Amino acid sequence: MTNVLLILVSGIFVQNFIFSRFLGICPFLGVSKSIPTAVGMGVAVTFVMAMASAITYVVQYAILTPLHLEYLQTIAFILVIATLVQLVEMIIKKVSPTLYNALGVYLPLITTNCAVLGAALLNIQNGYNFIESVAFGVAGALGFTLAIILFAGVRDKLRISAIPEAMQGFPIALVTAGLMSIAFLGFSGMLNV
Amino acid sequence: MNFKYLTNGLVKENPTFRLLLGMCPTMAVTTAALNGVGMGLSTTFVLIGSNVAISALRKVIPDSIRIPAFIVIIASFVTIVGMVLEAYLPSLYATLGIYILLIVVNCIILGRAEAFAFDHTVSESLMDGIGMGLGFTMSLTVLGSVREIFGAGSLFGFSLFGPNFEPVTLMILPPGGFIVLGLGIGLINWITIKAEKRKEAKAEETSTSQEVKA
Repeated sequence: MTNVLLILVSGIFVQNFIFSRFLGICPFLGVSKSIPTAVGMGVAVTFVMAMASAITYVVQYAILTPLHLEYLQTIAFILVIATLVQLVEMIIKKVSPTLYNALGVYLPLITTNCAVLGAALLNIQNGYNFIESVAFGVAGALGFTLAIILFAGVRDKLRISAIPEAMQGFPIALVTAGLMSIAFLGFSGMLNV
Repeated sequence: MNFKYLTNGLVKENPTFRLLLGMCPTMAVTTAALNGVGMGLSTTFVLIGSNVAISALRKVIPDSIRIPAFIVIIASFVTIVGMVLEAYLPSLYATLGIYILLIVVNCIILGRAEAFAFDHTVSESLMDGIGMGLGFTMSLTVLGSVREIFGAGSLFGFSLFGPNFEPVTLMILPPGGFIVLGLGIGLINWITIKAEKRKEAKAEETSTSQEVKA
C-alpha cells in the first residue's frame, strides 16, 4: 500500500510527466489556452492513461510474454491505445458536444500523446505489478492534468501582457513552462523512488 | 531528382523551429550534443523508412483506415531501430531510454506521412524524409550543444573551458530544455521578422525611385 502511495506522490509532483519527464508536451502547449478546455483534456487523458496502463499490463503478461513476442510490444501497445482513444472520442461526442468541439483535433491526437505510451512502457520497464501499473498511469495523468491547468492559468495572464513580437506565442509559453519546471524541481529529493 | 523537397525540411520548414513538431524528444534527450545526434539519426531512419513505405503503399491503403496503417508501419521501423541500437550501441540505447520507442508517437513522422508521403511519389517522399530528418537532427544537435556548453562546459564530451569553469547545471536539468528551446524559437522569429522588414523597406525604396524616374 505504501508503495502505491509513493508511486502516486512521485508521479504527480517529483517526476511530473510534463516538467521532469517531457512526456505529453504537444497537448500541453496546444490545449492550454483556456482553463475549462485544459480540465477537459486532463480528464480525457486521465481516463485513457488509467485504462491503457491496465490493458497493456494484461497484454504484456498474458499474451506477449507467454508467446515470446516481446518484440511486438511497441506495435501491440500503440494499437491498444489507438482503440481506447477512439472509444473515449465516441463517449465524449455523445456526452458533451461542447467539450468535443473545444478539444478539436487534440482528442484523436491523444493516441500520439507520448505520455500514454510512455506510461505503458515505463510500467513494464519498472517491473510494476497490476495495481502499481494502474497507480502509475493515474499518477502520471493527474500530474499532467495539474501541469496543464496551472499552465492554462498562467497563459490567461500572458495574453494581456506586453511581449516582444518575436517572443509571442510559443517562445514565451516555453520559457514560462521552463520557469514552472524550476518550481517543480523543488519537489525532487522529497522522495527517492 | 527532387532537390527542392530535400532542402525544404532543413530550413524553411524545419520541424523543430518552424513546424514546432516533435517537442517531447527534442527537450528530453538534448542534455548533450551527442545524444541529440543519436536521437536525430534514429528519427531520420524511421522517417525515411516510413515515408518510403507509405508512399509505396499509398494506392493499396484504404483512406478510412490510413491512420492505423501508418502507425503500424511506423511502429515496425521503430522496433527495428530499437533492436539495432540495443545490439550495437547499448550505451546510447541506455541514455536515450524509452524515448527511442517513443519515436512511434513523434508527431513529425505521422505528420509527414499524412501531409506528404500519402500523396507524393516514392522518390519525392524519400527526399522529404531525408530533408526533414536531417533538419530535425540539426536542431537537436544545436540544442544539445548549447545545453552541453553551458550546463557541463564541454562539447561532444570534450572539455572546453578548463577546470575552473562553474557549469550552469540548470541547463542540463529539465527547465533548461524549455528555456533554451523557447529562446531559440524566439531568436529565429526575430531574425525572420527583421529580414521581412528589410525586404519590405527595399521594395518600397525601389517603387519610390521608379516613381521619381517616371
